[in-house]
Amino acid sequence: MINFLSMNGYGVFVFSAFVFTMINFLGLYLIVRYQLKKEQQKFAEKFGKLNLDKVSIANKQKINKEILSASIFSKI
Amino acid sequence: MNFFNQSKIFSFINKYHNLILVFFLVVLSLGLIEALIISPEDYLQGDSVRIMYVHVPSAWISLGIFSSMAFLSILVFTFKNKNLVIITKSLAPSGFVFTLIALVTGSIWGKPTWGTWWAWDARITTMLILCLFYLMYLLAWRIFENKDSVVKITSLITIIGAFNIPIIKFSVDWWSTLHQPSSIKILSDSKIHESMLVPLVIMTAAFALFSLLIFLMKYNTELIKIKNKGLDRL
Repeated sequence: MINFLSMNGYGVFVFSAFVFTMINFLGLYLIVRYQLKKEQQKFAEKFGKLNLDKVSIANKQKINKEILSASIFSKI
Repeated sequence: MNFFNQSKIFSFINKYHNLILVFFLVVLSLGLIEALIISPEDYLQGDSVRIMYVHVPSAWISLGIFSSMAFLSILVFTFKNKNLVIITKSLAPSGFVFTLIALVTGSIWGKPTWGTWWAWDARITTMLILCLFYLMYLLAWRIFENKDSVVKITSLITIIGAFNIPIIKFSVDWWSTLHQPSSIKILSDSKIHESMLVPLVIMTAAFALFSLLIFLMKYNTELIKIKNKGLDRL
């Protein structure tokens, strides 16, 4: 195990490169996921405030229903 | 164009997001085992060569993403298609992060190999310029509020930045640099041994899956933003 971690003296360089990469991946994934959830939530809130006439107009666009169902499922 | 049906794209992304995430994690795990455990050390660089398995795929993908963005920006100018603008915008965040990873891991690799964290070598300098172009692109979307202007400015940034791509690619052939000439060639035999090529290919696949995942999530975010504005106009 110690041999694996030390990598003949290069362990610090090798693992810091891999850890930096993984931290960036995780950070980017979490930021983009947060932005997506925030927009879905905003959409669901705005949709909930529409009156019946506007809801029927909005429902004519299939994508609005898709976004709404996605935001409902993401809360479960 | 049915291909650009936003509702279908949105539903496709929602359906397959988790599948792509799981697939990415499986390929990444395989790649990490290959890169850190199975692949041999280099006869000259020793174990430090393992940094190649994160550095090289990041550099390849950052170049690929910027080239795609430049190509899409030319199409945006030609066809004025809003969907192409969303696609280009959604590609940028992962491209920027991959460029940053390539620069930082390259710097970490430089210390044991060249004895320095940084050198104004042609390849490194042109990669830094690419990183700045990504940064300018992302900042332009935040700074400019007029939609028509921002589309023109961001498209111009990517088209001008695209001139840097062949310079990055051929910098190692045109100038005497610290970087070695490319070991992997599509049209002729590669100089890299199979035992190192396999982990490199697996890690590249994992990184490509990650950029696809981020692109799809970002694309959906942008679509919902537009639809949010649409609800305001009702």
